[in-house]
Amino acid sequence: MLIQVSVYQQIISTISALILFSSFILLTQKSLFGSINIFAFQSFLLFLATLLQAVILHENSMYFSAVITLVLKVISIPWLLYYFVGRLRIHQDKIVPKHPFLILLGALFLVVYCYHIIVPITLFSSLMEKHIVVVALSVILLGMLLMIVRRNAIIYVLGFMVMENGLFFSALMSTQGMPMIVELGVAFDLLIAVILFGVFFFHIRTSIETMDVDSLNHLREDLE
Amino acid sequence: MIFNLMLFFPCLGIIFFILFGHYRMAGMMNICFSFLTFLASVGLGVNTVLSSGGSLLFWNNQFYVDAFSLCLIILTTFISFTVAIFSRQYMLNNLDENRINARMLQFYFIMYQAFTLTMLLVYTSNNIGILWISVEGATLATALLVSLYRTPESIEAAWKYFILCIVGIALALFGTLCVYFSAKNVSINISGAMLWTVLHQHAAILNSQLLMLAFIFLLVGYGTKIGLVPFHFWLPDAHSESPAPMSALLSGLLLNIGLYALVRFKMLIDPNLGTHLIGILMMAFGLISFLFAGFTIFRKRNIKRMFSYSSIEHMGLITFAFGLGGPLASFVGLFYMIIHSLVKSAIFMSLGNVIQLTKSKDMGEIKGLLQSYPSVGWTLLIGTIAIVGFPPFGIFNSEVMLVIATLKQYLFIVPIIIIGLLLSLGGIMYNLNPVFFGQSTDDVSSLKVCLFPIVLNLSIALYFGLHIPHGFMNYLNQATSLIAGRGILS
Repeated sequence: MLIQVSVYQQIISTISALILFSSFILLTQKSLFGSINIFAFQSFLLFLATLLQAVILHENSMYFSAVITLVLKVISIPWLLYYFVGRLRIHQDKIVPKHPFLILLGALFLVVYCYHIIVPITLFSSLMEKHIVVVALSVILLGMLLMIVRRNAIIYVLGFMVMENGLFFSALMSTQGMPMIVELGVAFDLLIAVILFGVFFFHIRTSIETMDVDSLNHLREDLE
Repeated sequence: MIFNLMLFFPCLGIIFFILFGHYRMAGMMNICFSFLTFLASVGLGVNTVLSSGGSLLFWNNQFYVDAFSLCLIILTTFISFTVAIFSRQYMLNNLDENRINARMLQFYFIMYQAFTLTMLLVYTSNNIGILWISVEGATLATALLVSLYRTPESIEAAWKYFILCIVGIALALFGTLCVYFSAKNVSINISGAMLWTVLHQHAAILNSQLLMLAFIFLLVGYGTKIGLVPFHFWLPDAHSESPAPMSALLSGLLLNIGLYALVRFKMLIDPNLGTHLIGILMMAFGLISFLFAGFTIFRKRNIKRMFSYSSIEHMGLITFAFGLGGPLASFVGLFYMIIHSLVKSAIFMSLGNVIQLTKSKDMGEIKGLLQSYPSVGWTLLIGTIAIVGFPPFGIFNSEVMLVIATLKQYLFIVPIIIIGLLLSLGGIMYNLNPVFFGQSTDDVSSLKVCLFPIVLNLSIALYFGLHIPHGFMNYLNQATSLIAGRGILS
């Protein structure tokens, strides 16, 4: 028997697949600007998904949240990151991951693991809903993986932002977004966090003269 | 009215310091704002106790105060008041030594009030989303204060603190979303699906599988904030590198908010699951943290680091107490949390004095404190005696009650707790022996230090150790019955 899939579902599936795909690309991306662009692309997908939900559900608050995503994650944060990278003069830095194959294998394992967690939950009505929640959870965990395997401070911001994208995507798809006040608060916190990241970059730059956070390991005493 | 005032004073403080924070009298104003906030919180306490149900709702049900949160609100405002008294002299000394400049001092006071505000929002919020935002806000407000001295070590510590906490808290947001999702699915209307009060009414019909998943994420997320062991790496660094008043606030107040959030979620999820699974998870994490800190504490050479491991140890034990559940254990958890905050903030303040006077954090270099600086040395000694659990201070009572509560349910854990307590006692006393009683060096600094808030905190801890007043006892009992279902006084 053929399963009927509406156009809406097809679009949402495509978007969610692309969001997952972009997280995978980020994991082994070699240039800083390239990474920032991919993040902006992922945020743009999130914006499209939000807009689509808003149109389908006729929710005014979701139009608003789509605008927040567009302004904050597609425009402001990538722009800020471009600015930081330019000011710190590190755009020439090549950030080659050490074991790209292992990283991707690990990422694959994480996605499978997310299926393992989500599939038994009976609350999700359709298979489609399960797939999308799996994608959202995977994106959160892949963001964490990105922060763990890449040792560059700028990539840390991207990892954190990818986690937030995953969170917003899961909220969007499972609960039609969060209440307005919470969404505003989270967006505000995000903005402050990115600014703080910027402040830290300049501090780290002046204190250890590199963006490689592996050099930040002087506080392991106990061995004296 | 009084509730609005309580949130208004820190806001006013922030605005005031943005305008006038660079003057030398800013420290005095910081004390004033903190004291006013403290008074307002006491007023709120009186209001809540006099109200019919013992709880109050504000601002269109977005804010909620009951006995449990009120204990912690008053604790928070009180400690931020005493630490404000301490930080005035401490920060002026820093300014005179040119460790910081006037602009950094201004930043410090702005963030001090912002931190108080976010802490109060955590405890008063009825909305689990706003709770999350405030916990994140508390992290953001303190991140740059950890690196106030701008040394490479302090920047490293602040970076670790910032990264670990925001990632941890991001996971907690996923947990929060899971709870929200399960609430929306049982057709609670949108405006109510994030409110504690509404969620509690519908606790029984929420989806258990999803709540369990949510709790795992919440435990990891808020557990990072508590400093539970696999996620504790930020804690010793941040505590040892930040300015002393900041360490006192981090250790005395910030660690509590994670635990508060976790206990609130436990209160929601426990009746739904009907099993003790969540409690066992909390007990396991708490016990592991406790033992880990106990075993590592004696190897520390940095005096602030050693006491920050002691914070991990005590927070672990408190998490264990709340995990144990039941009236007595929950009562102990709450009481322990209050006393620990008082004593630990006092200790970090006296450590600030010691470090400012001796210019060293290394326990190999600080010697003979009781001889060279008797008053500073004695306050630290008394604080140490209190924290390692000697009677008559409140920590001793809490530990004894905790052992009794454990005896009833898990006999085999009792020896583990006792061994852990002895280990930390031995470790701290072994390390600090030369610090107090060694041969002191001759050059004695004549820097002015502030002792009053330390004495104040310790005397309250002592008083609660000797005698718990009847009204306070009733109040704690009321909070306990909220957490555990029934109180210890029948």
